Formats: sequence, C-alpha cells, structure tokens
Amino acid sequence: MEQATTSVAVQPADRSKILGIWKIAGILAVVTGIEYVFAFTMDAGMLRTIIFIGLTIVKAFYIVSEFMHLGHEVKGLIYSILLPMLFLVWLIVALVQLEGAAIKEARGIENYVPAGTKHVDDSH
Amino acid sequence: MATTATMSKRSLWGGGAEPFKASYGKLMMWFFLLSDAFTFSGLLITYAFLRWSAPQYEGDPSTFTFSTEYWPIPEKVFEAFPGLHGMELPLVFVGLMTFILILSSVTMVLAVEAGQRMDKKAVVKWMLWTIIGGFAFLGCQALEWSHFIAGTDTATISDVVVNGIWKENYEIFGANLTFNQYGPPAFAALFFFITGFHGFHVFSGVILNVIIFFNAANGLYEKRGHYEMVEKVGLYWHFVDLVWVFVFTFFYLI
Repeated sequence: MEQATTSVAVQPADRSKILGIWKIAGILAVVTGIEYVFAFTMDAGMLRTIIFIGLTIVKAFYIVSEFMHLGHEVKGLIYSILLPMLFLVWLIVALVQLEGAAIKEARGIENYVPAGTKHVDDSH
Repeated sequence: MATTATMSKRSLWGGGAEPFKASYGKLMMWFFLLSDAFTFSGLLITYAFLRWSAPQYEGDPSTFTFSTEYWPIPEKVFEAFPGLHGMELPLVFVGLMTFILILSSVTMVLAVEAGQRMDKKAVVKWMLWTIIGGFAFLGCQALEWSHFIAGTDTATISDVVVNGIWKENYEIFGANLTFNQYGPPAFAALFFFITGFHGFHVFSGVILNVIIFFNAANGLYEKRGHYEMVEKVGLYWHFVDLVWVFVFTFFYLI
C-alpha cells in the first residue's frame, strides 16, 4: 500500500557499519590478490586447483554471508539455502573428479607431450 | 515481524506471518537464486567434466603453442589488454573486470544500507555508481569477446569443415562455434556459453538496477515507507558477482 508520508526522517549513517562493508571489500580484493600470486608462481596441478577452489569458497562465503546478509538471517533460511548447495558440491566432486577421469581413461584419451620433453612419471 | 512469535499455531495458518522472518519477496528471491545457482553449476560441471576428460598439455608452459589437439592453458589465451597490442599481460584484463564487479557489489551494499536509513539521496547516488559499474563490466566483456572472436596474429593450423567443405591445413584465426584457434571446439563453445550466460545476467541486473534507480529517485520507496526493493535487487546483483567469482576461478585460473 502506498501512503503519502509528510516527512521522512533520515537516520544518520553508522560509521562502523560502513567501515565493515569496506573491510569485506578489502578481504575480497586481498583473496583475489593471493589467487594471482598462486597463478603466477605455482605450476598447474591438482594442489593448485584445490587452493583456487578453496580461496573461491572463502570469497563466496564473504559475499553470501555479509553482502547478501545471509549470515544474519534465521537459521532455517540459512540451512534451506546451504544444504541444497552442499548436496550439489557432492555431485560436482563425483562428476568431475571421478567421472571425468574415468571417461578419459575409457576413451583412451592421452595427454599431449611435446617432442623433446622428458616425460615425468605421472603416477600422481 | 515481532507478532510472529506470539502467534498461536492455529493463527499461523491464517496468513500474515513471515516464515524465516523474511518477507515474501525476499524469500522468493532467495529461492530463485538457489535455482539459478543450479543452472550455473550445471554449466560449470559441464566445463570441468569436458576439460578433465580432454587431452592436457604436459610440456613446459613457456613453449606452449595453441593446437586444436589439446586443452589450452587459460593464461596463454587471456593475456590481451585493450589498446596494448602484442604485450603479454596474462589475466590482467580479467582481473580488472573482477575488480569492477566487486566494487559495484560494494556500492550496492552501500545503497541497501542507505535505504535502511531512509536516505533517499544516498540510495540514488550509490545505485547510480552500481549501474556505472555494471555497464563498465559489460563494456569490458564486449572487448574480451571481440578479441576472443578475432583472434591473435598467429593462426593455428588444423583440418576443419568450413561451410560444409572439408579443408586441410586450414589457418584458424580466433573463434566461432564450430572451431577455434585456442583448443578443442568445446573450449570456445563453453567460453561463449558460460561467460555469455553470466553476461546476460549482468545485463538483466543492470536493467533492474536502472528501474530501481528511477523509482528511488522519484520517491516511490519513500512513499511506500521502505526500500525493500533495493534489498531484493541487491540480492540478485550480489549473486551475479558471486557467479563471476566462480567463473573467474574455473575458466581463467584453473
């Protein structure tokens, strides 16, 4: 319902709240910076992939919990968003990690090793 | 809100109560975002599945060259910056895009915060910054796409089908939906689909932000007595930022 109000009282800004918002922004920037450090200093591999995904989840946590305010909602709401996502992560791990590798092996797809490269043991 | 706790079980079914102490609109926005997250997860699962079942390049990254035979190293694909032709700046431009989107998310939080204080002027100001951030991101994405489609100076040689005709040792520049110079056909197809679907979300977000901006500037929410619409659209805008965080990791870093 739209009602005409004669005067609207503007409340003053809470400095600590605004500082808190910029602090979260700072954390997001720093975590992205760390991702860049890993991208340029570490060779690609399973460990680096896990680090990247871990840092992404850290960023996702701050965005969802603080920016989207989910951390301050009722527990029931938090779980109704979080639990379906957790089941989804399970699916992702199963499909990507296990199925992807299994299909690759079943199809006999081999990695490309350029001529003259010493083949390192890839049992890992 | 406060009356919810004192309601008897019987009157709870009579309506008027707020489950989870959130308004109907906010709750439905959350559930919409959950379903949207499933869609994006589907796309990212497809990406990861195809990527990890494709041949990988196992040589020294410094001697890496593009080939349609194996999956490219993303740092070697995304290393251009508009206006700086020929310079190798891996992931710099996409870093700028990430920065723009995170900043526009921050200005959105500030708009929501101002709305809770009924500060119309501040809401309008921060909404405007959010819209500018959204357009800046879309502009960057347009540059990124046009570079990706046009390609680099060196062609990749491969056998492809062009307009139904089989061509051997064809010089591939850039990318289209059937083949590309960077890697297997699926690489460009996934790039177009995932970043395109995300870009479409950003675009709809900007449209929503513009509507909210005008409503707020015209005093609609002041008349209504609350700025909840800013919060609801804010949720969507943060979600778009959240998806980009994942796209950035999966497509550009890994």
